[in-house]
Amino acid sequence: MSLLAELSYWQQTSLRVVGGLAGVLLVAGTLVYLHLFKMVSFMQSRLGPMEAGPFGSLQLLAEVGKHLQKEDIFPRKADKFVFAAAPFVILSSTFLLVVVVPAGPDAWFISNDLGIYLAMAVSSVSVIGILMAGWGSANKYSLMGGLRATGQLIAYELPLILAVVGVVIQAGTMNMQGIVAAQAEGEIFGWGGIGNPYILTQGVAFLIFMIAMQAELTQAPFDMPIAESELVSGYMTEYSGMRFLLFFIGEFATAGVFAAVAAVLFLGGWWAPIPGLEFDDNVWNLLGPLLLIGKIVVLTFIVFWVRFTFPRFREDQLQRLAWKFLIPLALANIVVTAILKVWI
Amino acid sequence: MTDVTDRQQLNYIAAQAADARVNLELETEGMTLNIGPQHPATHGTLRIVAKLDGEQVIAADPVMGYMHRGYEKLTEVRTYPQVTTLINRIDWLGSFANEVPFILAAEQLMEVEAPPRAQWIRTILFEMSRIANVVLFLGDVAVQVGAVTPAFFAFRDREHILNQIEAVTGGRFHPNFDRIGGLKDDLPAGWVAETKLVMKKMRRFCDEIETLVFGNEIFEARTRGIGVIPADIGLQYGLSGANIRGSGVDWDVRRDQPCGLVYDQVDWKVWTHPDGDSFSRCWVRLQETREATKIVDQLLDTIPAGPVMAKVPRIIKVPAGEAFVETENPLGVMGYYVISKGDLVPYRVKIRSASFNNMSITPWLLKGVYVPDIITILASLYFILGDIDR
Repeated sequence: MSLLAELSYWQQTSLRVVGGLAGVLLVAGTLVYLHLFKMVSFMQSRLGPMEAGPFGSLQLLAEVGKHLQKEDIFPRKADKFVFAAAPFVILSSTFLLVVVVPAGPDAWFISNDLGIYLAMAVSSVSVIGILMAGWGSANKYSLMGGLRATGQLIAYELPLILAVVGVVIQAGTMNMQGIVAAQAEGEIFGWGGIGNPYILTQGVAFLIFMIAMQAELTQAPFDMPIAESELVSGYMTEYSGMRFLLFFIGEFATAGVFAAVAAVLFLGGWWAPIPGLEFDDNVWNLLGPLLLIGKIVVLTFIVFWVRFTFPRFREDQLQRLAWKFLIPLALANIVVTAILKVWI
Repeated sequence: MTDVTDRQQLNYIAAQAADARVNLELETEGMTLNIGPQHPATHGTLRIVAKLDGEQVIAADPVMGYMHRGYEKLTEVRTYPQVTTLINRIDWLGSFANEVPFILAAEQLMEVEAPPRAQWIRTILFEMSRIANVVLFLGDVAVQVGAVTPAFFAFRDREHILNQIEAVTGGRFHPNFDRIGGLKDDLPAGWVAETKLVMKKMRRFCDEIETLVFGNEIFEARTRGIGVIPADIGLQYGLSGANIRGSGVDWDVRRDQPCGLVYDQVDWKVWTHPDGDSFSRCWVRLQETREATKIVDQLLDTIPAGPVMAKVPRIIKVPAGEAFVETENPLGVMGYYVISKGDLVPYRVKIRSASFNNMSITPWLLKGVYVPDIITILASLYFILGDIDR
């Protein structure tokens, strides 16, 4: 008997909405602080923020305050509605992604049997947001950034989804909770001591997913749409103040949410692959979110490590990587997974 | 080497012809993109007017002169010792190197020679300003390709060099230390040992950059075969320095026409690279930085004792005549053509700065490349706007 089931529906819903908002924003803030402020400062031999709060931990709040005070500028020829709406479209895609990610046996929003399908679908909404920003800015750099982003995001959508297909075949369900359960109860060639975290059997898919995720987040080495040295930040060029910060937070929040999806698909989500670990559902509801956040931090660390180390691809090189390398590899992975699934 | 050019141009024409039919159907019209004058990739106020077809460049014209400061004219109203304050601002990253050729030209006219110790220290500081300059390039070229971290490393390690220059000259960016007939001061105590440590740090920085940037596949993919300058075309456009050595031309003024500096006293090598692409230009600069640390190390070992100033009159009047002295500055060959009529001030000074000539190849070079490659090519040509708009 779990704790949440004793509450009525509206109580559960409001708890989940508050928890989800806090979850996304807190995780995004933590990631910004941990990775952008502290880890990268360390890697780049800088000090990073120190003044605001203990170890600079309130720096993000200070930034929000600063950006809130700034003037909300629209370029004269901008398509005002499209320009203003773009950051929210991108953010909405991030928030919708969270809906299907389980953080514990009961700590999630909806139980949808098409969970991962929904996640992949809403993640592509951000393309529209970026294209809106690029078009609405009435700026040639922004337009080129927006068009580059469209080409890139559509190209990398495919390996991302194809990588997921392998997991779906192995788990036999598209329900995110089901995928976690399948990993917890799974066996690796007959041995079920630590279950089956799919990173072991779907290692190729995990690599493809991480690469495609990096591209979907438009992080270096796939940051052509932003490309601050070529396109002067691309589709973000004309944004100032709070709208710029929305893009910025959206970038980190999306990194966190995508990492959560990756953690659920390949690292077992809220469950831990330790032999003989048997807990009550209520304990998992408390432990699960912490475990999931730990996995998110590890995965986003990799994302930002790559981001701050690698140079940028050129557009044609990027498309070549997606179409000539990642997609065939992902298709081969599906075939191998399907054959093994049927025969073993 | 010419067939490389022809192939590049032919490929471009073929691509154009293939696109022409599509364009007729789709009616794509060209777009003019102004890169600069305030673009993060141009290190100052350079403006490049690029006509684009999609992301391919049809024509690119550099527009210069947003920061013109009229140094050649300003020198005509300043006495010879005052000129150094001006000209070390031409290439602000390797400023000591700008002073040297002018002073050498004035010394040639006055028939004065600096004492050996001054020549040694001059060469040491010259090479150190080269390191300070190129270190920043090595960090910056990575930024233009999209990796920010090496730039922070470059700024961190350039600090050591600047500290050493400051310890001698009192100035970090604008030393203003060179005098006709020698140098302003001698080295401070303990400076030699400290500089040796710094040189070791610079070599470590070069190793770090080599693994972090030059060893990266994406960096290679972005720079290899991009912006190829064949040797003959490069020479026609008057390229110099690492830009022409990156095309395989073994030409270094330091070795070929040493004038007043003591490069013949040390054992060093001129690096060249046969490819002529963006990568080879960057690679040559990396090797040059290493070589410069070796030159400084050897000069520190053999530095002779004695005065640092020759006997020159208190009020300097340069006898009538003309002199042209060029040196191998961090950016390439920099020369000063000084005409004197026997006054306190030069009658005319013509500055041949490296970046201006290096820049001249861009309209030819940028034709047919993609927008991201504009940035890598510009970064690999390495110009300082002060050196262009002097």
